[in-house]
Amino acid sequence: MSIFSYLLPKKQTSASVAKERLQIIVARERSSRGGPDYLPQLQEELLMVVRKYVPVGQDAVNVQVDRESGCDILELNITLPEDS
Amino acid sequence: MTKIVVVTSGKGGVGKTTTSAALATGLALRGFKTTVIDFDVGLRNLDLIMGCERRVVYDLVNVINGDANIKQALIKDKRVDNLFILPASQTRDKDALTQDGVEKVLNALRDDMQMDYIICDSPAGIEKGALMAAYFADEAVVVTNPEVSSVRDSDRIIGILASKTRHAEQGDGDIPSRLLLTRYSPERVEKGEMLSVQDVQEILAIELLGVIPESQAVLNASNAGSPVVLDTQSDAGQAYADAVARFLGDELPHRFVTLNKKGLFGRLFGG
Ligand SMILES: Nc1ncnc2c1ncn2[C@@H]1O[C@H](COP(=O)(O)OP(=O)(O)O)[C@@H](O)[C@H]1O
Ligand SMILES: [Mg+2]
Repeated sequence: MSIFSYLLPKKQTSASVAKERLQIIVARERSSRGGPDYLPQLQEELLMVVRKYVPVGQDAVNVQVDRESGCDILELNITLPEDS
Repeated sequence: MTKIVVVTSGKGGVGKTTTSAALATGLALRGFKTTVIDFDVGLRNLDLIMGCERRVVYDLVNVINGDANIKQALIKDKRVDNLFILPASQTRDKDALTQDGVEKVLNALRDDMQMDYIICDSPAGIEKGALMAAYFADEAVVVTNPEVSSVRDSDRIIGILASKTRHAEQGDGDIPSRLLLTRYSPERVEKGEMLSVQDVQEILAIELLGVIPESQAVLNASNAGSPVVLDTQSDAGQAYADAVARFLGDELPHRFVTLNKKGLFGRLFGG
């Protein structure tokens, strides 16, 4: 680092962008891990159904299985675009 | 007691074979009877890195199929005592590796050959070959580069190790898995161009076995067919030797992770 980089305002480095992106994707992938094998397929098909009615992005549908004492809960989250 | 160790990563080209060769050689140098197995069926490469490519007669699949026994197939290293190589086959038949077959080979290495360590060099991916290499493991070394796709794939492999090994299936819990961060460049980390060892550790949340710097010595070693850990003068060779020592339980500080600090002049005017 030269003296000039101490004077300039800190801008985000590419490594810190990489770290943030990784933290998000890894957290998401971990949440669907260990769930039933049909989960990714279910998520994919739900996404296609939603897209028949609302234009949503790849990340709009999130399916997750939570284990609570005695039963499994299938949690379904669909994020709609703001102007729909 | 024989310990089976898988060297794995998910992503290809990150340094699994380089690491398998270095780890096996390092363990043998410490006096442990060690075999390193190439599980990359169809893409045999460990033989080249170990410098024994012209001595391959039989391979892993030959032993599985009963065309050869384990003694006939093992290649004894010429430089290091106690070190043996079991090459991958060049068959394109992906079903050549069966779970029963692999178990038979591992049992023979344990019972007939009395190995202390068996190092399984995993192929890339999360398909059959990688699963076979990991299934019987007692311990794992997860090789990762400080780069987004490698870190993500390592996380997936860590998930697989937690559920798809024999120990996990038998309910013995997770096998110990440790991170080996390779191709590390302190300069680029300093400039904010590369994920730091702390970043990667924070994301993957497993114990750190070692950090191997990006080094010309690795290419030199593969050119010569001599595991880089034998190049005791080189940074990568020393980093691998440290990792082997930690693998065996020594506590050593991590070297080659920070930049040699330049003087004031360098800091004022350096890039
Ligand atoms: N620490 C390192 N410094 C420089 N090059 C490296 C280092 N580790 C591995 N490589 C190079 O990266 C490439 C892939 O390594 P390899 O061990 O074959 O990976 P994998 O078995 O995971 O596919 C090889 O060309 C190797 O020489
Ligand atoms: Mg390899």
